[in-house]
Amino acid sequence: MENKFIVENKGLSPAALRRKTQLETDPSCRTDCMKYESGMEVINSDIKDRVLAQVAGYDYGKYTAADVKAALGRSRCTAEDLKALLSPAAEPFLEQMAERARIETGRHFGNTVYLFTPLYIANYCENYCVYCGFNCYNDIARMRLDESRIEREMQVIAQSGMEEILILTGESREKSDIKYIGAACKLARKYFRLVGLEIYPVNTDEYRYLHECGADYVTVFQETYDINKYGELHLAGHKRVWPYRFDAQERALKAGMRGVAFSALLGLSDFRKDALATALHAYYIQRKYPHAELSLSCPRLRPIINNDKINPQDVGEKQLCQIICAYRIFMPYIGITVSSRESAKFRNGIVKIAATKISAGVSTGIGDHEKKYKGGQQGESGDEQFEIADGRSLEKTYEEIEEEGLQPVLNDYLYV
Amino acid sequence: MQDKQDNLELGGRTFHSRFILGSGKYSLKLIRAAVEYAGAEIVTLAVRRANTKETENILDYMPKGVTLLPNTSGARNAEEAVRIARLARELGCGNFVKIEIMRDFKYLLPDNAETIKATRILADEGFVVLPYMYPDLNVARDLADAGAAAVMPLAAPIGSNKGLATREFVQILIDEIDLPVIVDAGIGRPSQACEAMEMGAAAIMANTALATAGDLPLMASAFKLAIEAGRKAYLAGLGRVLARGGSSSDPLTGFLRD
Repeated sequence: MENKFIVENKGLSPAALRRKTQLETDPSCRTDCMKYESGMEVINSDIKDRVLAQVAGYDYGKYTAADVKAALGRSRCTAEDLKALLSPAAEPFLEQMAERARIETGRHFGNTVYLFTPLYIANYCENYCVYCGFNCYNDIARMRLDESRIEREMQVIAQSGMEEILILTGESREKSDIKYIGAACKLARKYFRLVGLEIYPVNTDEYRYLHECGADYVTVFQETYDINKYGELHLAGHKRVWPYRFDAQERALKAGMRGVAFSALLGLSDFRKDALATALHAYYIQRKYPHAELSLSCPRLRPIINNDKINPQDVGEKQLCQIICAYRIFMPYIGITVSSRESAKFRNGIVKIAATKISAGVSTGIGDHEKKYKGGQQGESGDEQFEIADGRSLEKTYEEIEEEGLQPVLNDYLYV
Repeated sequence: MQDKQDNLELGGRTFHSRFILGSGKYSLKLIRAAVEYAGAEIVTLAVRRANTKETENILDYMPKGVTLLPNTSGARNAEEAVRIARLARELGCGNFVKIEIMRDFKYLLPDNAETIKATRILADEGFVVLPYMYPDLNVARDLADAGAAAVMPLAAPIGSNKGLATREFVQILIDEIDLPVIVDAGIGRPSQACEAMEMGAAAIMANTALATAGDLPLMASAFKLAIEAGRKAYLAGLGRVLARGGSSSDPLTGFLRD
């Protein structure tokens, strides 16, 4: 067995179980994860090659304390400095890195912290990504909210005071098609000041349509930049196509989106290399699209339904803090989002150093905001993508950020 | 002694203070104290922050009596800046507007060409237009022709606290442009604000320098004093500064005496 994430599902038909087992055990039955499928737009871009070349040459063991000190001593952080800051040699310098990161964050963002909440509208998925709670072979309650349920959820969230929303779906083009997602964006514009999307990657014309419907920000997690590992973890479905996913941010920007977000899911592969790749991915996009607003997320693996053993592997909170500080020192101007995968304690601490956006009032399930926000009965709901670690409400999160001496900001956005 | 009525005239209004305060990077609850300690009469705010729901509106924290200077941050071209300025007026922010047009997310450097276009449109619509700009003499002249009420050249990249990195170019604007020159962005210390005022700047705009200070109201007060000191030094006329050592009078032309 190539990995430890596999979940059993006794409810599968014999044929489905056969296919699942075959995908898990027989690499020869899988498609080439570097080959585009039909209908997937290919754009002219050299960013993939540039990122992969840098990561391939990254031997983090060779960096020394002197390299880290030199990196911290320079006013502008180069890619080589970033490599030193992400290396094990930088671990003893965490406090100095945090101090530098805090200064850079202050210069660019003052003491503001932005708040948002995710809204999952469907959890159907056509992919077999072994670590994800939504994967098509996992036995969970599936659901797709209809427009009236979406609107009700949005009303409940908007009543809490939230002004920025991130709409998410499982990655099923069939169950959650572009029109359906577009309708959700149009509804969201009625209730929120900023609408972001975290959905399956789509073509430029589809991003353009979603932009016209009201979405202005696109988040796509690459999960891992290690192509071999990617192929071992994403066994089937359109998500298996690594390069199409990689180019999603460029397609979104070409389509007119104001901003894009990047991330590796830390813990899937070598986290130092994945962190380097994520930062460089954003860095090269910035050079090519200087007007784009960019942000980085830094999620770690979390337990899922039917597999509570999934964990962030060797990425402890110290390592996560190191990565976030390195991101900040390398790109002082970039947004950094820390999700409710992390504890309230960690998030309260990291917003003082480098994070500029956190989620609040979070549910990763489908259609359960009314129950979570207001108590009482709820209708049918869909299961969660992963377990969250910080269940604080917007009100509580807001108060605690203020207590840290920071200014929570619900909106700093204008559609023009 | 110089006339005590040394006022800043801007858009047909008279201001006693020459310190324009930013509001976007620190706690809303500190705005009132910052304005008070700074003695500021003009406070900038981002329209995109003001365009919010009732839960948390930065406008509610603005002290009465200050002149709001809404900015168009978030605009990537003239058209967007014009739309944001119009929205500011609809939101009740008055007719002053600071034009900020950036298509560079990393350094947030202003786009001078688009800024000239937006200035012309908004000045024609009756706005008091204060354009944030990269200090370029030709552009400053075009902005004056377009109807700007002042020009706001940057001292250094925004948020950098690097001080007067563009010193020589700002000085050229001060010398050549008849409009008030308000130095904006990059001023990190009261001494840098003082220096800009000594050079003849009409006013100073600061935000990050205060937001990142340990004690914001105290730093606001320090800037106030520095700006006043610099202004007085400018009005007094700086004495000659000798490159080194002392000097006898007329060392070169003394021989001409009878």
